[in-house]
Amino acid sequence: MINTVDTLPAFPWLSLMVFLPLSGALLCLLHTRSERDCRWLGLTVAVATFGIAIWLFLSQQPNASGWFCVEDIEWIGRFSIRYNLAMDGIALVMVLLTTFLQIVSMLLAWPVRRHVGLFFALLLILESGLLGIFLAQDLILFYLFWEVALIPMFFLIGIWGHNRRHEAALKFFLYTLAGSLFMLLAIIGLYVIHGDQTGHYSFLISDLARTELTLRQEYLLFGGFLAAFAIKSPLVPFHTWLPDALSEAPAVGSLDLTGLLIKTGVYGLIRIAFPLFPNATSECLPIFGTFALVALFHAGWCAYHQDDIKRLLAYSSISHLGLVVLGLAAWTFTAWQGSLLLMVSHGITTGALLAMVAMIRQRIATRNLQKLSGLWAQAPCLSALFLLFALASLGLPGLANFSGEILVLIGTFQTRPIWAIMGIAGVVFAAAYMLRLIQRVLWGEPTQAEVADLSPREWLILIPLAILTVWLGIYPATFLKPLETPVLLALGGLP
Amino acid sequence: MDNNLVQIALQNVNMWAIMPSLILICFGMGLLLINVFLPRGTTKHAVWISLIGLVVTGLFVFKGWGDPQYGFNDAVALDNFAAFFNITFLVAAGLTILMSDEYLRREGYPVSEYYPLVLFTTAGAMWMASGTDMMTIFLGLEVMSVGLYVLAGFFRNQVRSNEAGLKYFLLGAFSTGFLLYGIALIYGVTGSTRLTEIGIYLNAHTSLLGNPMTLAGLVLIAIGFLFKIAVVPFHMWTPDVYEGAPTPITAFMSAGPKAAAFASFLRIMEYCFFSLKPEWTAMLWVLAVLTMVVGNVIAITQTNIKRMLAYSSIAHAGYALVGMVAANEIGYSGILFYMLAYAFMNIGAFAVLVLAGKKGEDNLTLEGFSGFGYKRPFLGVAMTIFLFSLMGLPPTAGFAGKFYIFAGAVKAGYLWLAVIGVLNSAVSLYYYLRVMVYMYFRDPLEDYAWVSMPVSVVVSIVIAIAGSLYLGIVPGFVMELAKLAVF
Repeated sequence: MINTVDTLPAFPWLSLMVFLPLSGALLCLLHTRSERDCRWLGLTVAVATFGIAIWLFLSQQPNASGWFCVEDIEWIGRFSIRYNLAMDGIALVMVLLTTFLQIVSMLLAWPVRRHVGLFFALLLILESGLLGIFLAQDLILFYLFWEVALIPMFFLIGIWGHNRRHEAALKFFLYTLAGSLFMLLAIIGLYVIHGDQTGHYSFLISDLARTELTLRQEYLLFGGFLAAFAIKSPLVPFHTWLPDALSEAPAVGSLDLTGLLIKTGVYGLIRIAFPLFPNATSECLPIFGTFALVALFHAGWCAYHQDDIKRLLAYSSISHLGLVVLGLAAWTFTAWQGSLLLMVSHGITTGALLAMVAMIRQRIATRNLQKLSGLWAQAPCLSALFLLFALASLGLPGLANFSGEILVLIGTFQTRPIWAIMGIAGVVFAAAYMLRLIQRVLWGEPTQAEVADLSPREWLILIPLAILTVWLGIYPATFLKPLETPVLLALGGLP
Repeated sequence: MDNNLVQIALQNVNMWAIMPSLILICFGMGLLLINVFLPRGTTKHAVWISLIGLVVTGLFVFKGWGDPQYGFNDAVALDNFAAFFNITFLVAAGLTILMSDEYLRREGYPVSEYYPLVLFTTAGAMWMASGTDMMTIFLGLEVMSVGLYVLAGFFRNQVRSNEAGLKYFLLGAFSTGFLLYGIALIYGVTGSTRLTEIGIYLNAHTSLLGNPMTLAGLVLIAIGFLFKIAVVPFHMWTPDVYEGAPTPITAFMSAGPKAAAFASFLRIMEYCFFSLKPEWTAMLWVLAVLTMVVGNVIAITQTNIKRMLAYSSIAHAGYALVGMVAANEIGYSGILFYMLAYAFMNIGAFAVLVLAGKKGEDNLTLEGFSGFGYKRPFLGVAMTIFLFSLMGLPPTAGFAGKFYIFAGAVKAGYLWLAVIGVLNSAVSLYYYLRVMVYMYFRDPLEDYAWVSMPVSVVVSIVIAIAGSLYLGIVPGFVMELAKLAVF
């Protein structure tokens, strides 16, 4: 058994970033008496974490293979499990998205009244788990964070959710955990095969990627990982948990769920499943593409028929994720960049829309499209921003989703023109359901006499989101730049 | 008798080999004597003396680590294997004693005889782990079991407790009969009760391996232990006994004696029957699957948490059995690790039940746990950690243990067994999560009865939490120990 040497950077920024929220969560749990302190603590920690992410973004230069800030020490020697965190461009972008959306979440969680300390603690634990998922390079460490991110969401849905929250929380947890148990098995299987082959046992992704596998082994193990990632993403036909979970979750929960948690599934595909099993992947790409197109149309169709805005947004997320996976399946540089950019844009725009749904619901006490009407006349600022995010979500040029979508479609066209053409048709669906949403909510006769416009806290939430929406639409290069090297490296493994 | 023979016999006596259990027995006896002179109802001293006894024993166990002692003509071995299991028993006994005093007082049995019985039971378990002769193991099993029969039926005015004691005694005696019959048959075949001698004899005389007498002996011995481990189809006693017995004893039984049975079973199978490995692993494969499935499926339907934990402990025995099927170094040391992890997490969960229950324990239903997490935040968090650990989620001891055992199974090529085990873990999520759904997702009951939070029980819960997290977050050290402990 080879003992790899521990490497530690001058300062463990990544560990600090991952464990800062967790320690904040412990403080919140110990200090549940003062609700005010918990809110401010949560916000401060989220801002500080975001600060670290920004600092890393500005200061760190990746080495030749695209990695930086590598922290690698032995954790469980018996199984050569290592505590290995590292960051590359893709992880960096996801980390930026996570830490940013967590600040939004904290602000959005301000009006929560029940068990405030617990609520903020769970949000912070969730943040730690998510950051860990994006940074872990050891599969057991990855699995650990994968589960850690799951648990807070179970409680968030179950405690603060709506009427059918118990079933939704259980369904969410059982569904996703069942998937991840298969991943665990595949991890162990790969570990044993790799160890038997080389005599050097390791859980590091980079080591395991060098394992010689027969195609049958690849399929089996790939299937195990896919079970976890496809359910989490969620790819059609494993998507049924998302509309339930999303519509029953509290506002913040649904924001984190769509904005961040489901991104981990796609991230897992890119980071783990594809590089570890290149042959199975290249065989499966057409299947992925087909299912992605099915998702695009099926979810778009479903979204059009929803009356509950949250369910509509859930299906719209599934549809968008379909487009993301379509881009990945096309396997070109442009399409991959587009997919990753679309993940970020979707997190921002759908997150913003979910936040606004919560704001509307606070005012009018409904999310039913049949009961909403004429918001523009009463709350113009709120309505204008709602319009902005909805248009961004349907892919209006100059706003966030467009740049991602167009890159995906161009990139797909290079290898699979038919997919791209069908994809464009699918995007039309997005226009249909989004316009229906806009029309029902904003136009028409007002239903209530008085509706308050945005409060300062709500402005504070929405303005950064609006800026980012425009930024991502006009100058996506900021976010595309760090993605270049890692995407090229990821694609290099395949013909 | 020839003087010379006596001398040889005495030379072979090595007191160090049984020193830990001897100390424990001395403490138990001393405690019985002291009790005579104290008025009934005083129990504090008994708790303290027993705890001191356990700690002192623990020190001697540690002292023996890495320095194996063999005694009594190789009938007893205090090797690393025994030492590791001894630590598990001591942990189980210590946590049990810490939570007992309050519970016994509440149920109206502040009796100090209870504690020596726990100590004797633990000593019996230690003999089982260090026995290298069928007779020593049998002796240990009986010492342990007799103590447990009494403890299970300790509440002599409660029908349920009586039922538990009687049921356990009758079925236990029956299974002991099986074991003894098996030992007799094997003695008949090989002419020895020494484990290593049996193994060498069977290995040298391959014609005997297919002999019906050998096979019958193997199966009968296995049944004797499988009964104690509560493996399906020998599990029928478990739910009733676990539900009826005093809660701390249930906790103890599910961790200590079960681990002891695993210890002897492992040793016998590995020392005596290694030549028949393909046969007994095939047999255990089926039983492991049955045990996991039946335990989990029935646990789903339970509405009483104590009973649910009883059935789930059947399922956990099934997971541990997977390690035996793997029959490699990782699988075996996985069992050792899992048993220690299970002692922490399961006894911890029972300790929470001790504090949650009222007199007579009529409120350990799921409904009774509504909003428990808000009424008793500390206990809620503790229960959450134990349940996550029992589910096998990282970063808890349960995950490390399951990972260990399933890694062993995959390594040995039992991929399907690992798949079935993982699927069963998924099933178990449902009933463990349901407790949490009631604890946190429901509003507290109006007529919630407050019970005090005695320090001793809290200490046992804190130790259990510490153990569950330590073995989950930094399991490296204990995993190394477990690796050094297997043959």
